[in-house]
Amino acid sequence: MINAGDTTWILISTALVLLMTPGLALFYGGMVRQKNMLSTIMMSFALLGVIGILWVLYGYTLSFGPDLGGVIGKLDFIGLIGVGQEPSDTYASTVPHLAFMMFQGMFAIITVALWTGGVVERIKFSAFLLFAVLWFTVVYCPVAHWVWGDGGWLAKLGALDFAGGTVVHVNAGMTALALALLLRPRKGFREGQPMEPSNIPLVVLGAGLLWFGWFGFNAGSALTSGGLASSAFVATNISAAAGAVTWMILGWIYRRPSALGVATGAVAGLVAITPAAGFVHPIAGIPIGIVASLIGYYCILWRTKRGIDESLDVWAVHGMGGLWGAIATGIFASAAINSGGADGLLWGGGMQFAKQIAGVAAVGAFAFTATLGLGKLVDRTVGLRVEEHEEVVGLDISQHGERAYGGIIP
Amino acid sequence: MKKIEATIRPEKLEPVRSALAEIGIMGMTVTEVSGRGKQRGILLQWRAGEYRVEFLPKVKIEVVVLDEDLSRALNAIIRKAKTGERGDGKIFVLPIDNAIRIRTGDEGVNAI
Repeated sequence: MINAGDTTWILISTALVLLMTPGLALFYGGMVRQKNMLSTIMMSFALLGVIGILWVLYGYTLSFGPDLGGVIGKLDFIGLIGVGQEPSDTYASTVPHLAFMMFQGMFAIITVALWTGGVVERIKFSAFLLFAVLWFTVVYCPVAHWVWGDGGWLAKLGALDFAGGTVVHVNAGMTALALALLLRPRKGFREGQPMEPSNIPLVVLGAGLLWFGWFGFNAGSALTSGGLASSAFVATNISAAAGAVTWMILGWIYRRPSALGVATGAVAGLVAITPAAGFVHPIAGIPIGIVASLIGYYCILWRTKRGIDESLDVWAVHGMGGLWGAIATGIFASAAINSGGADGLLWGGGMQFAKQIAGVAAVGAFAFTATLGLGKLVDRTVGLRVEEHEEVVGLDISQHGERAYGGIIP
Repeated sequence: MKKIEATIRPEKLEPVRSALAEIGIMGMTVTEVSGRGKQRGILLQWRAGEYRVEFLPKVKIEVVVLDEDLSRALNAIIRKAKTGERGDGKIFVLPIDNAIRIRTGDEGVNAI
């Protein structure tokens, strides 16, 4: 039975999650040098188009089609066959199947966009597109099925992931790390040449859009518009706030409380609450957000010291933040909040804790190794990296024939 | 005729401009530049950790004066732009062959 309130909320949430991808484009675009702003923004925006089509053609059915051996969905819904105005037989029984399908599609788009933060300022655009299509098909769709698909093997195991801590953030974070290792650092990175952010106000605007859209991401994942959505909504805001404050204080301890830091902290808090939002008491957002920022901060220091140019810290903030979120779900989850969930470590659920770690480990390892394989394939055929002179002049001009800001008048 | 090229602290632009105006020197061209001398750059922050930017924002003033005004102009700039700390900047003085006012075609000292 279609419920008008639920349907309204899912449609609004779908639009909210869509807005996260252009938000992410600005968040990333402001963090790179001016000569690469558009190429960075372009990767996210191009995916709104490319994945927006692939999702309806075959992505949805691979992820949410009838289960095949726990690993992938069958092709019943290819090209949206059988996906109509009535609810699905399996998912979100109070909203039209089309609404559920599109809501999930927005998650697919932003997950692919997330790992672009690891490859900015040096990846060839054609190679990026090819890799993105392969990765979406071979990594994203199966992983979404494992965790969220009816019959998926991690779902059957009982690993909880409310809105995508594992499917979205661990997945994207480990992918970004593997790709950054394949691509090697930007020219001048290891020599200590400053890679100065071109526009921090844009980063803050992007973080604001992400925070706004994340309410659709997490509270929308309740797939209903009632109490559970409200609980997830509140948990989301609390964790973002705790993350922002923690990062601000960390910056202050070492040097100064920076705008880039507070924006990053908010995102770290949002990442970590994602898998937990609908399973924990909202107040658990405080410890979850605090620890997310601590982990993100020190992971960035560590990767920088090691000379790893995972340029915009997708691994540190999303990968490790998602890992923490999944573990935190195993600690703070309570069946009293969500009867579809489980009790975590705090309520005596030791097994749930183990299941959470298993889920993250499986997805993280798969994303990392599959990315190394697919990335090498693309590197040997198309070549992942731009020519040195193209990198020097910047990807905006060399890949896209335009630049972010005009120069000499007029 | 001499051209004074003075690279100074940005916050000293207005004091220098008004000091030059007091001695009758009104015309100048000002450019925002980056530069460095003995003053090291500045440490800025990434999300965690920091990086050094080697070039600091400065302002370059270009002003052409008559020979007899040169020492007064230089004194005015030095008096107003000096803090005594590293990073106060430098002044270069160059000879000028000719000057032309585009509007009237006046040349030489008449164009200053």
